[in-house]
Amino acid sequence: MPTVSVKRDLLFQALGRTYTDEEFDELCFEFGLELDEITSEKEIISKEQGNVKAAGASDVVLYKIDVPANRYDLLCLEGLVRGLQVFKERIKAPVYKRVMPDGKIQKLIITEETAKIRPFAVAAVLRNIKFTKDRYDSFIELQEKLHQNICRKRALVAIGTHDLDTLSGPFTYTAKRPSDIKFKPLNKTKEYTACELMNIYKTDNHLKHYLHIIENKPLYPVIYDSNGVVLSMPPIINGDHSRITVNTRNIFIECTGTDFTKAKIVLDIIVTMFSEYCENQFTVEAAEVVFPNGKSHTFPELAYRKEMVRADLINKKVGIRETPENLAKLLTRMYLKSEVIGDGNQIEIEIPPTRADIIHACDIVEDAAIAYGYNNIQMTLPKTYTIANQCSQEDIADKLGVDISATKAVHISNPKTAEFQVARTTLLPGLLKTIAANRKMPLPLKLFEISDIVIKDSNTDVGAKNYRHLCAVYYNKNPGFEIIHGLLDRIMQLLDVPPGEDKGGYVIKASEGPAFFPGRCAEIFARGQSVGKLGVLHPDVITKFELTMPCSSLEINVGPFL
Amino acid sequence: MADGQVAELLLRRLEASDGGLDSAELAAELGMEHQAVVGAVKSLQALGEVIEAELRSTKHWELTAEGEEIAREGSHEARVFRSIPPEGLAQSELMVDSMEDEVQRRLQLVRGGQAEKLGEKERSELRKRKLLAEVTLKTYWVSKGSAFSTSISKQETELSPEMISSGSWRDRPFKPYNFLAHGVLPDSGHLHPLLKVRSQFRQIFLEMGFTEMPTDNFIESSFWNFDALFQPQQHPARDQHDTFFLRDPAEALQLPMDYVQRVKRTHSQGGYGSQGYKYNWKLDEARKNLLRTHTTSASARALYRLAQKKPFTPVKYFSIDRVFRNETLDATHLAEFHQIEGVVADHGLTLGHLMGVLREFFTKLGITQLRFKPAYNPYTEPSMEVFSYHQGLKKWVEVGNSGVFRPEMLLPMGLPENVSVIAWGLSLERPTMIKYGINNIRELVGHKVNLQMVYDSPLCRLDAEPRPPPTQEAA
Repeated sequence: MPTVSVKRDLLFQALGRTYTDEEFDELCFEFGLELDEITSEKEIISKEQGNVKAAGASDVVLYKIDVPANRYDLLCLEGLVRGLQVFKERIKAPVYKRVMPDGKIQKLIITEETAKIRPFAVAAVLRNIKFTKDRYDSFIELQEKLHQNICRKRALVAIGTHDLDTLSGPFTYTAKRPSDIKFKPLNKTKEYTACELMNIYKTDNHLKHYLHIIENKPLYPVIYDSNGVVLSMPPIINGDHSRITVNTRNIFIECTGTDFTKAKIVLDIIVTMFSEYCENQFTVEAAEVVFPNGKSHTFPELAYRKEMVRADLINKKVGIRETPENLAKLLTRMYLKSEVIGDGNQIEIEIPPTRADIIHACDIVEDAAIAYGYNNIQMTLPKTYTIANQCSQEDIADKLGVDISATKAVHISNPKTAEFQVARTTLLPGLLKTIAANRKMPLPLKLFEISDIVIKDSNTDVGAKNYRHLCAVYYNKNPGFEIIHGLLDRIMQLLDVPPGEDKGGYVIKASEGPAFFPGRCAEIFARGQSVGKLGVLHPDVITKFELTMPCSSLEINVGPFL
Repeated sequence: MADGQVAELLLRRLEASDGGLDSAELAAELGMEHQAVVGAVKSLQALGEVIEAELRSTKHWELTAEGEEIAREGSHEARVFRSIPPEGLAQSELMVDSMEDEVQRRLQLVRGGQAEKLGEKERSELRKRKLLAEVTLKTYWVSKGSAFSTSISKQETELSPEMISSGSWRDRPFKPYNFLAHGVLPDSGHLHPLLKVRSQFRQIFLEMGFTEMPTDNFIESSFWNFDALFQPQQHPARDQHDTFFLRDPAEALQLPMDYVQRVKRTHSQGGYGSQGYKYNWKLDEARKNLLRTHTTSASARALYRLAQKKPFTPVKYFSIDRVFRNETLDATHLAEFHQIEGVVADHGLTLGHLMGVLREFFTKLGITQLRFKPAYNPYTEPSMEVFSYHQGLKKWVEVGNSGVFRPEMLLPMGLPENVSVIAWGLSLERPTMIKYGINNIRELVGHKVNLQMVYDSPLCRLDAEPRPPPTQEAA
């Protein structure tokens, strides 16, 4: 869940009122947000780097707010405020408009070289914007939040924002050999080739995470203006030439990516959030993107979509009885302008470009329920009549013919630790490690575990199968084989398996195994099948587990008995 | 003299005495060690009310070995004086012609029991010279008890079969038990706290009419773990950083291809009333095997099986089993844990029904104050996080997550359109840690488990308040 941090006082100023921390927490809860932490820059630095470093840092109160992962429209102060104000019916949701420029439209031409590396691009212009320090910071921060979330760390989409007044269109989005790309990147004082940059950024704590996206590709994506000035080398870095500042008035925004749908959403979010500060509020200047096939598209899309949902469907799904008019009002509070139409039971809902998360009627139902207040919904019990059953694993018996010991372990491709590279095929090591961790406990130690192990098995759809095992160990000054053997006898007695070799009975026969002391190991046969082994552990095994006492163990597959 | 004899003597003297007697005096009269009399007093005390004994301590002065010698032979100075022959030493310069042996006289006073005749200063001077020591004597003032008798018999420790058959128990006194001592613990096994809590949850589900789902496949394909749940292929949970993928067997061998096609269409183009995610859905991605990240993959399989049975019958399912996540390990997070999941599928289920079922479920856990917060889960819509008020922390804490499965998940399976499926989940470890007051998950799960904790943990009653932590005893 993304966390957005906003200055409390700025937030309250924008909301037009103040709240106590508790009141604001309550408002968040109701709306589906979470006031995660109340802190300040000073507190954060002092926590991470100590009090000395924190001296002089700002102690302006910050609210850290957890936002649902699908609400990209709430990832900045501007969006949060707009969402909450509409929710509280203090403002009406603004209508976002795309307008054609007075002069020539800005053009971005995509060449076919991009096809193999990063084929999509969209663009738009924010005209006559007025930044302040806080607005500018929020603008940069929103891009970072989008990069981390919907853009999947720039792999799906990368955003570049530029001072349009330093550039001259039309722009070209192409892909070139890294050695052929040379420019002065953001925050550097001289020009580098792309090859050099990739090396420099290997040690950059921020940028090194994005290098892998293009690193081993023959061609790198790059955007030029008509004079050959590099705007950006997505998804790594922008050029220094067109960098934006607090004083920038006209912004050219480009989003490149591998996912066209998401690139369009990202562009829509940025322009809807920050067109608030344009001279013509909530209007965005269109840009034209020419695709390699010659077709032109105009962006941002800023599409409004109409959905029709019946009022009784909402009532039925939520479990409430509201009039269609009330439901329309509830939805309008959720930034979904709605009205009752037709037979008086139909609600027409307008999905704005900020709400890309609404893809089905069930999303609309949820918003109606949130606005109604989850905690105002009457709790009822469903009349679902069922009879309970516990799980039995009968299907295992027929698979007993499989020789378990001949099958193999399942391997993990990205293990966390050396201990966690395969799914376990036996329970014994876990019990021995448990004893090793509890050597201070009085002897004897008698431990058991009944749990699933995993074995490769090409007869199943995924190629692996769980088996339910029982393992027991006895650890004392004497090996206690008779005790482990007695445990087996008792288990069989309880499972109603009589001793003896007859069909249906169980017997143990001398055997051997690498884990066992020679001559002190037996295989267990039950109902005509081998189900496991018992015996005294080999001293080498005992030593390897950092144990010092004799130990006997038993491990069986209990599947056949369930 | 044996113990019993001393005791008998003591009782006879006591009978004759007027009120009581002192143990030290008695020892002196009988000419025996004081300790022997004390032993007799204690054994009589154990009989109950035969005698009463009051502990008294007296202090008196005693001579040390050296003091004894001086009292007998005279002080060192006096002995030197006396050993000088009258005919003289060249230096009859001892400068005294006669002497009083004051030290000897004082020590003799003490020996005669008249130490009190010496001044405090004189006694302390002798003590410094290590000729005198102050001794504390613990004596008993013995008097008749309410059950006083001169005839006593030995106490029996335990009832025996012979006593029962002969009836001799009627006349025998029995030694009293010490009820403050601990009993002998029986030999017994101990269940791990997770097992105890798990069986309670199972019990609750069964009481509510829920059927257990098979969950015996830790290895799952991405298809069942994510795609079937309408979780898009670029979702961050499908990242290497969040999920353990398999190297071997790396891919699922079989998938239900008809159903896979419907899932693919729903993701990439939409359908069933959905816009879809509009991206290029890849079969290779769906085939990737992994360690399941939630038991919802097992729920998806169960619902798919249910959808194949016609006509549809309502069900209530539950499962409690292990799941795996590539988490950053710390005191509350492990790479594997247990998930508890409940699912109800029926015609016309509402959000109110979900809340009603949750209320019943949590009431059985002893949690009655519930609050629901809007949330986002990729495969449920509406979704709600469940919060309960924690009396100790004085705040609302999250106790579970829930929601209504998305139509994009259910309809491609073949479930009828008017069937809703409500579901909720929580972890097994968290309630167990709270129940048993465990702060570090490594002490609870895995081989670093603290066996003493396992031995000592009480049985699990989820509806009862946990015992308050032991308070520090006043020093």
